[in-house]
Amino acid sequence: MSSPPTASTGLPPHLSDATRDETSLRRFLHGLPGVDQVGVEQRAAGLATRSIKKASKLWAIDTAISMVDLTTLEGADTDGKVRSLCAKARRPDPERPEVPPVAAVCVYPDLVPTAVEALRGTDINIASVSTAFPSGRSSLPVKIADTELAVAAGATEVDMVIDRGAFLSGRYGQVFDEIATIRRASGEAHLKVILETGELVTYDNVRRASWLAMLAGADFIKTSTGKVSPAATLPVTHVMLQAVRDWHTATGTVLGVKPAGGIRVTKDAIRYLVAVHEVAGPQWLTPDKFRFGASSLLNDLLMQRRAQLDGHYSGPDYVTVD
Amino acid sequence: MNTWEYAPAPESRDIANLKPSYRMFLDGQFVEGGGEPLKSVNPATEEVLAEVSTAAPSDVDKAVKAARRAQDKVWGRMPGAERAKYIYRIARMIAERARELAVLESLDNGKPIRESRDVDVPTASAHFFYHAGWADKLAYAGLGPDPKPLGVAGQVIPWNFPLLMAAWKIAPALACGNTVVLKPAETTPLTALVLAEIIQQADLPPGVVNILPGAGGVGAELVNHAEVDKVAFTGSTEVGKLIQRSVAGTGKKLTLELGGKAANIVFDDAPLDQAVEGIVNGIFFNQGHVCCAGSRLLVQESVAGELLDKLRVRVATLRVGDPLDKNTDVGAINSREQLTRITDLVSAGEQEGAEKWVSPCPLPDKGFFVAPTVFSGVSQAMRIAREEIFGPVLSVLTFRTPDEAIAKANNTPYGLSAGIWTDKGSRILWMADRLRAGVVWANTFNRFDPTAPFGGYQESGFGREGGRAGLEAYLDV
Repeated sequence: MSSPPTASTGLPPHLSDATRDETSLRRFLHGLPGVDQVGVEQRAAGLATRSIKKASKLWAIDTAISMVDLTTLEGADTDGKVRSLCAKARRPDPERPEVPPVAAVCVYPDLVPTAVEALRGTDINIASVSTAFPSGRSSLPVKIADTELAVAAGATEVDMVIDRGAFLSGRYGQVFDEIATIRRASGEAHLKVILETGELVTYDNVRRASWLAMLAGADFIKTSTGKVSPAATLPVTHVMLQAVRDWHTATGTVLGVKPAGGIRVTKDAIRYLVAVHEVAGPQWLTPDKFRFGASSLLNDLLMQRRAQLDGHYSGPDYVTVD
Repeated sequence: MNTWEYAPAPESRDIANLKPSYRMFLDGQFVEGGGEPLKSVNPATEEVLAEVSTAAPSDVDKAVKAARRAQDKVWGRMPGAERAKYIYRIARMIAERARELAVLESLDNGKPIRESRDVDVPTASAHFFYHAGWADKLAYAGLGPDPKPLGVAGQVIPWNFPLLMAAWKIAPALACGNTVVLKPAETTPLTALVLAEIIQQADLPPGVVNILPGAGGVGAELVNHAEVDKVAFTGSTEVGKLIQRSVAGTGKKLTLELGGKAANIVFDDAPLDQAVEGIVNGIFFNQGHVCCAGSRLLVQESVAGELLDKLRVRVATLRVGDPLDKNTDVGAINSREQLTRITDLVSAGEQEGAEKWVSPCPLPDKGFFVAPTVFSGVSQAMRIAREEIFGPVLSVLTFRTPDEAIAKANNTPYGLSAGIWTDKGSRILWMADRLRAGVVWANTFNRFDPTAPFGGYQESGFGREGGRAGLEAYLDV
């Protein structure tokens, strides 16, 4: 393992010791309390029955809109597609200027310049996936170059993927080094570390990968690429929210969580926000600390917002399809 | 810091179809009882919900005689497959009227609608479904080749799960060919009387089920009636002992499900976040009005600090208030009497030197409410470690080794339930072998299923309810 990255200096001793070498790291990760599958799924299902109505629902919808990382990650992406997505990001509902803009637009590295151009003059972040997204199957120099390309082009956020192969074969040090290296390559940009929980499968793995990413300098831990099923689920997000909460207890630092993929309707988004509120805490209820990686969710939020204010549903033709 | 206040999301009380007065159910008819009518109160607001007629001793006699007739002439002779049809019908009708029953239960009892809706009513229906299936298979239950019904069952149930306890009592009795006279609790008679309505609509032959509301005197009259063959009681250990004394030598079969002071044991290798959930569910479910509540937390000293920190953070998120609000986690204490008992024991805990922590949650201005309370630094000698509080009050003790955990967990006159939290399967089995408790949960708590027998040791009673073992309590084998 390489020397600890800058982000993990100033950690309490038991955490900085954990990253001293491969053995310490393994001992630390395997020493984390287990996650009981039945228990976490029961808790997630129980909390999902919260009934959010009226003003609290409207607040949740606006908050969720401001937390969206509006995403297009297709082979068919073009400048035109990205520009229209950026227009949507700036003004999600053109007839209702009071609707907040989204948190970020998320694209492939080669399309970052287009997004930078289209979002000039706004506070909207430009997130770029990197490190041979979505599989992460490439060499480290390629992953570094991928990241540097995105940051040089103006990306303010980097969404990297971890090497799941290395993680699943127990080479935690390699995963740690890679995250730490990309952390440095990202410079000032915010680093979101995609765990691809659908490939890690067990909640114990999700907890270990979350801590691994936090120790290596992640600003955010993110569930999924959206290219693997299952993508984000409520129980997985519970485990990750518990991880950032425990991290906060241990270090005083508040790291963020981003579920991505599969969250398409307002009802689901509100369930996630309830989990953020009650599992992590109210201080995570901000776009700085919680994001939704989504594309179709935004329009459902807009439709529900109109329904709340107008008292009736207006249908999908009243929101823009970009 | 953002604040997100959940808007009130109350379930409509109109759904309960609350009537100004309710009558007792005797021999297939709703009739006025000869006793002094009682008033059932909503513990969340202290308003009177309805007036309920109660039974006089002569009504108890009539009911037992009607049950006897029905048992001799109809129900006891009916083939099991035919009895099953009636029981299935009751199960379905409970499910169909689930929402009404849930709202009525929350109004009358004070429990949050989330629990009456998601636990009490569905589980009540499930008990009828499960036992309907047994009605024609009793010869294959492993209790002998030709088990016979006992006759008339006199049943007395508590106020903490009014409908669910009625289902636990009535369903196995009917499946086994017995007839029933049931007394619901004085403070919570309403859902049992709606169940009576369902039973009437299900066209059960008159006299098979009789429901007589009233206070303890009616219960005493019932269990002492000479023509009752079987007594089943769920409630306090004190009353249980009285009943056991009074039926001694009469030849009546008896099952008792009494109090508890369950240990919830957390080892240092436990899944801590889920253990916290299990502890919360163990003691704050139904305001702690649960005989099998995990009211004593035994935590291994090496993780006690971390676990308690997490527990306090979690307990502080519990929402206490209007039972009909769908976001309420902890509802109202069932009666002023119970509230007094809880506050007395809480002050005893303080006087004896335990460290009290109370959730900073806001409480409603009226009604009977207690904020979730956690006592740490509790020792076995304190009253809060020995007496059943039956409220949202947790006592935390620590242990160093598995042997010490067993010794402390078993050091109680009770023995209803216990919980074990560890990632090590072999330790779960080792512990379960040694714990003197009728129900042992591993890495979960307060899970109820009609297929799983439930019951206690020592002063927690005897006999089992649910599962194959539960049938034995209603059969002559």
